[in-house]
This record gives sequence, structure tokens and C-alpha cells, in this order.
Amino acid sequence: MSTLRILVPVKRVIDYAVKPRVNKAQTAVEIAGVKHSMNPFDELSVEESVRLREKHTNKTVEDILAISIGPPKAADTLRTAMAMGCDRSIHVEVPEKDEMLEPLQVAKVLKEVVEKEGRNLVILGKQSIDDDSSQTGQMLAGLLGWGQACGASEVVLDGEYLKVTKEVDGGTEVVRGKLPMVVTTDLRLNEPRYASLPNIMKAKKKKLEKKKLEDFEFRAVNRLKNLKVSEPPPRQGGGKVEDVDGLISKLKELGAL
Amino acid sequence: MASSLRALRPALSTLSRASRTTALRQFSPAVTLNAGRQIRTFTDDVHNTPVFHLTEEENMLKEVVSKFSNDVILPKVRDMDEAETLDKSVLEGLFEQGLMGIEIEEEYGGSGMSFTAAIVAIEELARIDPSVSVLCDVHNTLVAQAFRKWGSKALKEKYLPRLATESCGSFCLSEPASGSDAFALQTKAVKKGDGYVLNGSKMWITNAMESEIFIIFANINPDAGYKGITAFVAEKNFPGFSIAKKEKKLGIRASSTCVLNFDDLYIPKENILGEEGQGYKYAIGILNEGRIGIGAQMTGLALGAWENAVKYCWNDRKQFGKLIGENQGLRFQIAQARLEIEAARALVYNAARTKAAGANFVMEAAMAKLYASQVAGKVSGQAVEWMGGMGFVREGLAEKFWRDSKIGAIYEGTSNIQLETISKILQKQYTN
Ligand SMILES: Cc1cc2nc3c(=O)[nH]c(=O)nc-3n(C[C@H](O)[C@H](O)[C@H](O)COP(=O)(O)OP(=O)(O)OC[C@H]3O[C@@H](n4cnc5c(N)ncnc54)[C@H](O)[C@@H]3O)c2cc1C
Repeated sequence: MSTLRILVPVKRVIDYAVKPRVNKAQTAVEIAGVKHSMNPFDELSVEESVRLREKHTNKTVEDILAISIGPPKAADTLRTAMAMGCDRSIHVEVPEKDEMLEPLQVAKVLKEVVEKEGRNLVILGKQSIDDDSSQTGQMLAGLLGWGQACGASEVVLDGEYLKVTKEVDGGTEVVRGKLPMVVTTDLRLNEPRYASLPNIMKAKKKKLEKKKLEDFEFRAVNRLKNLKVSEPPPRQGGGKVEDVDGLISKLKELGAL
Repeated sequence: MASSLRALRPALSTLSRASRTTALRQFSPAVTLNAGRQIRTFTDDVHNTPVFHLTEEENMLKEVVSKFSNDVILPKVRDMDEAETLDKSVLEGLFEQGLMGIEIEEEYGGSGMSFTAAIVAIEELARIDPSVSVLCDVHNTLVAQAFRKWGSKALKEKYLPRLATESCGSFCLSEPASGSDAFALQTKAVKKGDGYVLNGSKMWITNAMESEIFIIFANINPDAGYKGITAFVAEKNFPGFSIAKKEKKLGIRASSTCVLNFDDLYIPKENILGEEGQGYKYAIGILNEGRIGIGAQMTGLALGAWENAVKYCWNDRKQFGKLIGENQGLRFQIAQARLEIEAARALVYNAARTKAAGANFVMEAAMAKLYASQVAGKVSGQAVEWMGGMGFVREGLAEKFWRDSKIGAIYEGTSNIQLETISKILQKQYTN
């Protein structure tokens, strides 16, 4: 049985229940004064890490380290992660900006942390609900030269191996890989717990290490520039037809038949 | 750091009243008076924070309670009200989340949070269901608090871990013949062997159906009047203890309210809470604090009712070709109502912070509870009107919030009793 040293990257995003609005300049989604919380996929990663610890004997999971690369407020997200059960965290603080770091930049920072902190398992969300890139986990695995299992709906630790079930079109796919590994989480993996009050208090005593991008060898540059962000056009009201004949003639009228 | 700032703010921002001088002296040593020549130095390093400012842990708590309320409680609110019972899973959830031992120390299995944290939790719960909120309120601010303040070490060790993790509690003061006049209570405790035998009954006891632990006020020496009142701890399965009736109510129907009977209920000596004959002091003290909790229940309720209605007015309902919330007549009512809610919340949070600062808070608590219950009644009533027919039917929650609001003017001291408290303090202050 291998001991696991897990890294769980978490991102602070606009709360999933908030309706996003485009800013006046049409350069980004408005973030000022909008409720933020942990990316829902990352909650799954935190939960899965904690469950791995709970499922296996004492020492199997040696350490769960959460990391967030984000604005000052991302510290809140890390505290939530620690209140859910992570042992400690690293906050790589970047200024609050409209433009987000691109997946490759994030993956490179994570790679450095993985190496410095001697991680052998990284559990990430399969995507974050703001930019929906769905790339960070794969890029990280590539940079590290590790195996990857993306979109996990079940994770089973078996000695040196992880067995990961993924939901794919028309069924499930089961893969097995040797540690170290990168796993990304999908919605049906688990039901994340709420941080309980006693655990919120315990999280206060856990370590939150502050870092800056400059502390990493890799210097961040975005390769893409946002030209314009706009809301989808408002839906036009439809018309009602009386019967099937009406429908057919309408479709003909529109040239669809 | 944050907590010391919190401690400073309320004491400095309030008037210097006779009852406050100690607190002021204690918290602002920089205001010094020198005999003969008056020298005044002002501190400028005191950071006043807005009264609604929450510490990091209070913020996190607010967020999880809000999540828990919306995900776990909300889907059950309507059914629980119709069935007039609390869903078991809700109570289990409250325990799991650590919401039943908010202030109970970690060593006893509690969450070890502050009084204000409890206030935040009670308010958040009431936004979704005032019935669940009062369960949590009574259990935390009355029952657990009484054990923490006056329980012997043995009583604390025996009951606090249970209260924090598995057993609900009730606070039993009122009786059929003594409501506002609480200290006219008739339940008698007669010495027998190493303990006491209680006979009598209690009325309107919150949580009684769910509770296993009961704090009962009884008189051990009726000749001494209220100075014979003593607090006892009983358990549901003690012989002689029974629930005589569960009330059917106008509002907060998922919260149980019962009549209790004590028929030769034997309480061992070690289950006397605090000292004999001090029960009336304990009751006054704990209810003074408890009122802030009821204030929070009422502001949470008002906020819940308001939000429920404005979402409808500003998103769903169109008349005369536009959203009803676009009409100035409605907009202005909505704005005015929110203003009143925020004013009530300011009173509630100020009372909580004043208590946390160790200053006298009796008037603040009475004002907060009184005004919050008035605002809750008014706003939840208006909210029904804003929603028209949809507000009146039992499909949504608007009418329920309104029914639930009425209790705010009754328990833990009726509105008249709050006015009595406030006016007495003021009169004392203004009498030459
Ligand atoms: C749902 C519910 C839950 C409760 N939970 C609990 C509980 O858990 N534990 C507990 O011990 N009790 C509980 N109570 C009891 C509650 O605290 C009392 O109902 C309350 O104190 C009022 O007492 P009363 O009902 O006897 O009213 P009364 O005292 O008879 O008052 C009736 C009216 O007379 C007015 N009045 C009375 N005296 C004066 C005065 N001196 N000056 C001016 N006006 C006056 C009152 O303001 C009120 O308007 C609960 C009650 C309810 C309804």
C-alpha cells in the first residue's frame, strides 16, 4: 500500500447559482460585488481526497494539500477546503483582474508545487465553471509525464494502483493506472460535505502559506487576449400553431421542409 | 486581533450611561480625567467596523448554514408545516453540522464559537424556516447556555457533550397560570432523601417532542416567593415526567410546543443546576440574552419573506405589460421594507456585539427583540400583499412567514414586557 500525498487545486469562481452578467466594457463577466464560492468540481476533489483518507487506514493518506492561484479572496476558498478536511494550503496570490490565468500557466505552477512538495496524486476538477477550459489536469499530467484519468465517477485505491471509473457516452469506462497520477473529477463522483462548525474552527489553526507567482520559476504570460464578451441574444418569443397541418405549412414557409 | 476590535467597538460607540461606566472605563483607558485640570487624550487607533461586519469564521458559518438551509431544509419546509412536525433528518443535520453546540466548548464536543456566531446561524436558519430556527435558538441560547453558565463541572461533563452531539434540550419556565408573571410559578419541589420531588406542570414548552434534556424551574420554598425558585435538570425517561399534550398552532408549526406534567418527578441532588434559590436570577439572565436570539429569528424571517416576494415581483409576475415590481407604488414599499429590516438587524447585531463586549445589554436586547418582531410582522404581511393571490395560497411560503411572525411578539417576553423593560431602564436614567 502506497502512502498518498495529495494535491488538491481549488479555484474561487462566481457562485454557480448566480446569473453571470457581462461588464459594461464587454471585456469580461462582472465580478465586483458578485457572490463567489469554490468551483463545484473542486469541492468534489476535496471531498474525494478526504474520503480516501477516511476509507483507508491511518497512514494511507499522509497529507492533503490544497492550493489556489487567485486574488486575495481566494484565501476564503482555501479555508473552506481546510474546513472540509484538507490539512494545509498554499495561496499563490495574484491581483484581481478580469483576465484569468490560462490553463497552461496554472499547470506549470502546479507542476512546480508537485515537485517541491513531493506529491504523488493530484485530484482536480475536470473543469472550472467560469472559463470551462477543461485542460489543466491533462496539461499537468503531460508536463509531469504521469498517467491521467479524467472525469472520474469512482476512484478506488488498490496498492500502487488507482482504479478509476469514468462515465462515457453509452456506458462506463474503467481504467487502471499506477501512481503517481492525475485524476480529474466529474459530478457524480460524490456528494461534497458541508464544512461543520467544529471543523471551521479547526481550519483556523491549519497552515495557509502565502506565495507569489514570482516565487515560481515559470513566469506567467497569457497567450490569448479576450476581444469581446457578450451575452447571448435574448430569446425571441415563438408562435403557436393550431395543428399538424399548421406546423407543416409553417415549416415550409420557413424553408425548413 | 479581530476579537479585540469587536470587543472595543460597541462599548465605544454607545452612550455613557450609568450602567455603562464600568465598561467604558474598561475598554477606553485613553479617556482620562485629571483632577483640577481636565486633560483629555483621544485614541485614534481604534478601528470602528460596521455593525454588520462579520469575522472570517462568522462569514464561513453564515455560508454553510445558508447552504444547509437551502439544500436540506427548504425542500421540507412546506410539508413539515402541513404535518406540524419536524422532519428527523433536519434535526440530525443540525447536530452533524455542529449547529446544536455552537457555543459549547470544543472539549465538550461543541463548536466553540461565539454568541454572535449563534445569532448569525439563527438568522440564516429563519430565512428559510423560522421553526427550525427556534429549535436551534432555544437549544443553544437557553439550554446549553444555562449549563455553560451555571452547571457544575459534573453536570457540564454529563450533559454538554450530549447537547452538542445528540440530545435536544428544552427550557421549562412558563406554566398555565404564569406566563408574563413567570415567577409566580406553581411547580413545587419538595426535599426527599438526597434529592427533590417535583409536582406541577409546564406549558408551551418548545422542542418538548424532540428533547431528551429539560431544564425545569420549580419552587423549593413557596413561602420565600420567587427566592425559592430553583433550576433542575430532568431527562425524558425520568419516572414521573410526561408530555401531556402537543399544541396545534397558528405558526412555527414544525416546532413542537407542549404541556408537561410532573407527577412525583424525582430529581437527584446533583441535577440541581447552579445554586438553590437562584433560579429566578438565572432565568432573567438567560432570557435577556435569549431575546437577542429571538430578534435574529425575526430579522431572518423578515428577510426570508422579503426576498421570497421581491424575487416574484421583479422576475415573474407581469401585469399591464410589465413586471409588477416596476410600479413605483410597489418599488417604494419594497425599499421601505428593506430599510426597516436593516434597521432591525442593526439593533440585533449591536445587541449581540454589546453583549460580547461585556457591557450591559439589557435594553439593547429588549429593543432588538421588540422592533425585530414588529418589522417581521409588518414586512411578512406586506410581502403577502405584494404577491397577490400567490401570496395567499399555501403553495408558496409567503403566508407561512406571516403566520410564523406572530410568535415574535409573544415568547421570551411579550411586546408589552419588552416595553416595560425598556421604559424602566429609561425612567431610572432620567429620574432625578
Ligand atoms: C409557541 C410558543 C413557544 C413557547 N416556548 C416556551 C418555552 O420553551 N419555555 C417557556 O418557558 N415558555 C415558552 N412559551 C411561553 C411564553 O414565554 C409565554 O406565552 C409568554 O411569556 C407570555 O405569557 P402568557 O402566554 O401567559 O401571556 P400573558 O402573560 O397572559 O399575557 C397576555 C397579554 O397580557 C399582556 N400583559 C401581561 N402582563 C402585563 C403587564 N404587566 N403590563 C402590560 N401588559 C401585560 C401581555 O403583553 C399580553 O399581551 C412559549 C409560548 C409559545 C406560544
